[in-house]
Amino acid sequence: MSWSALFTDRRWRWIAWSAVALLLLALPFIIEALLGRSWVRIIAVALLFVMLALGLNIVVGFAGLLDLGYIAFFAVGAYSYALLASPQFAVHWPFLVLLPLGAAIAAVFGVLLGAPTLRLRGDYLAIVTLGFGEIIRVFLNNLNRPVNITNGPQGITLIDPLQMGGFSLAHTHTFAGLTFAPVHNYYFVFLVCAVLSIVLSLRLENSRIGRAWIAIRDDELAASSMGINTRNLKLLAFAMGATFGGVAGGLFASFQGFISPESFHLIDSIMVLCMVVLGGMGNVAGVVLGAVLLTALPEALRYIGPLQQRWLGGVIVDPADLRMLLFGLALVLMMLLRPEGLWPARRRRVAPVHTGNADVG
Amino acid sequence: MDIFAQQLINGLVLGSIYALVALGYTMVYGILGLINFAHGDITMIGALVALTIVQALAAAGMPAPVVLIIAGGGAMMVCAALGLSIERVAYRPLRRAPRLAPLITAIGVSILLQYSAALIWGKQYIAMPKLLEPAAIDIAGAQLTTLQLAIFLLACAIMAALLWFIKASRMGRAMRATEQNPDVAGLMGVNTNTVIAFTFVLGSAIGAIAGLMIILYYGIGHYFMGFMLGLKAFTAAVLGGIGNVGGAVLGGLLLGVIESLASGYIGDLSGGVLGSNYRDIFAFLVLVLVLVLRPSGLLGQHSGDRA
Repeated sequence: MSWSALFTDRRWRWIAWSAVALLLLALPFIIEALLGRSWVRIIAVALLFVMLALGLNIVVGFAGLLDLGYIAFFAVGAYSYALLASPQFAVHWPFLVLLPLGAAIAAVFGVLLGAPTLRLRGDYLAIVTLGFGEIIRVFLNNLNRPVNITNGPQGITLIDPLQMGGFSLAHTHTFAGLTFAPVHNYYFVFLVCAVLSIVLSLRLENSRIGRAWIAIRDDELAASSMGINTRNLKLLAFAMGATFGGVAGGLFASFQGFISPESFHLIDSIMVLCMVVLGGMGNVAGVVLGAVLLTALPEALRYIGPLQQRWLGGVIVDPADLRMLLFGLALVLMMLLRPEGLWPARRRRVAPVHTGNADVG
Repeated sequence: MDIFAQQLINGLVLGSIYALVALGYTMVYGILGLINFAHGDITMIGALVALTIVQALAAAGMPAPVVLIIAGGGAMMVCAALGLSIERVAYRPLRRAPRLAPLITAIGVSILLQYSAALIWGKQYIAMPKLLEPAAIDIAGAQLTTLQLAIFLLACAIMAALLWFIKASRMGRAMRATEQNPDVAGLMGVNTNTVIAFTFVLGSAIGAIAGLMIILYYGIGHYFMGFMLGLKAFTAAVLGGIGNVGGAVLGGLLLGVIESLASGYIGDLSGGVLGSNYRDIFAFLVLVLVLVLRPSGLLGQHSGDRA
């Protein structure tokens, strides 16, 4: 019996899934014991990126719309939360209002971006979304004059943590003999959100809407002649993808307590896209794998510095540069070895031979 | 209207440099359908190589024209070799792969080039030694320096030569045939691999000249300078209709002019509310507008389902 059969076989799957769930619950404590608290933070961030990558996967992987400005929705979500829960405007709305609100605002932005770009295909769409992402960032950077809204490049500080009544995630709690530091608390919140995103993505993929998206991706003309309303469904893909980004943005703002336009560069959009493509576009499990891997890889490469010290007796190459160098190299190598992604979607594998022209764009 | 004339001149000069870089994007895109994300960084490498050569030779006391020719030639050779090897290693194995796979390797190569440059040249800004004392010519109340004139004329000459080359030479015809249909071109006896490799070499060499122009114009080089330049140039290529060589020239010039006019006037027009730090937005806003009205760019043909 193969490993994957463990998760599908009726007798074993409950045990297998319970084991995974237990592992995920215990993970921050195991990681803290083995690698230290900074890695707990990294896996929490990895979960945020899982949400982001799953959102982008709806746009790129399911509907086949190449979006190079996805981080803008993350930024919109983060700023919606930060502006309404910080001393910036001296308002402190509860997160139960703000997270849905951020998601809604991001969705509106998604439709705003989608509406004028519906006629564009492939790389034209890519460059317009890229421009959109940059426009949002430049506005965030400059909207401190004449009226100070975003506080410009300094960013917004002292953002409220997630809290309800007297219970704040920013405090350390002790429960059942375990110490829950703020990172642990956030890890569990992010875990719930990431799992929800995964379930939502899987359900979407097999729904009527998901199948319509995949039909549009594989051949838009054929899809529309089968009666699929391509315009509305593409807009829906943008809006849904943006929603994921908006929620993740709000969580990010509350987690960090500080945001600035510097967190929302084009390179971040590209990073999320790399997660989707590298993991296996269109396949939810692959995308999750890609997100975790690409968050952890640059962090793991930080250990290069000390290793250099030990093996070569001195820091010859600036570790930060070397880290990025190896990261670029890893991107190239992984793509050369597995052009379909690390864990490609099954549907693509059984699809009839494609001609190259009608491929996903 | 001396502000207008001045911004127009600045815009045309800047735009001609954008156009040179855009040519590299558009030629590769026309033939492979690939956004060569690393092209801006190849230009950056060209600029920094030229800068290093200029530093070395100017210190040795060589006359400026000789220094510039050697620097340009050196940068072109390095970039051509770089373009050739990138195509061979990172793009050729993926030619039949899903469309986004080569895009990711292109991003990987771009990061690789940036941080290799950071290791070689460091992360600080590098100043260009002052080689020339450009004289200023007065045109309609605006100043045109001889350096600007030289950059503009050289860029135009290169673009004209390239257009002629693609239209009239044997290799140019092979490039056009490969662009239309690589398989059929192969059946007609065109060695498509050679043509594609040649396209990369040509685009990279032109990018190297653009890099030299940029450091002459701004007098400064940096390991990250290829990023925004590449972005603008790609925007220019899309604006003109990507895959169309004439469109890249038009798009580049247009983008340069729009950008400098916008950054010159935006302060006055908005009563000082919006500053010239919004100029990057303008380029993209124009792009979005053009694409919404003409989805395949100014000179592009309808690409049908090519997406």
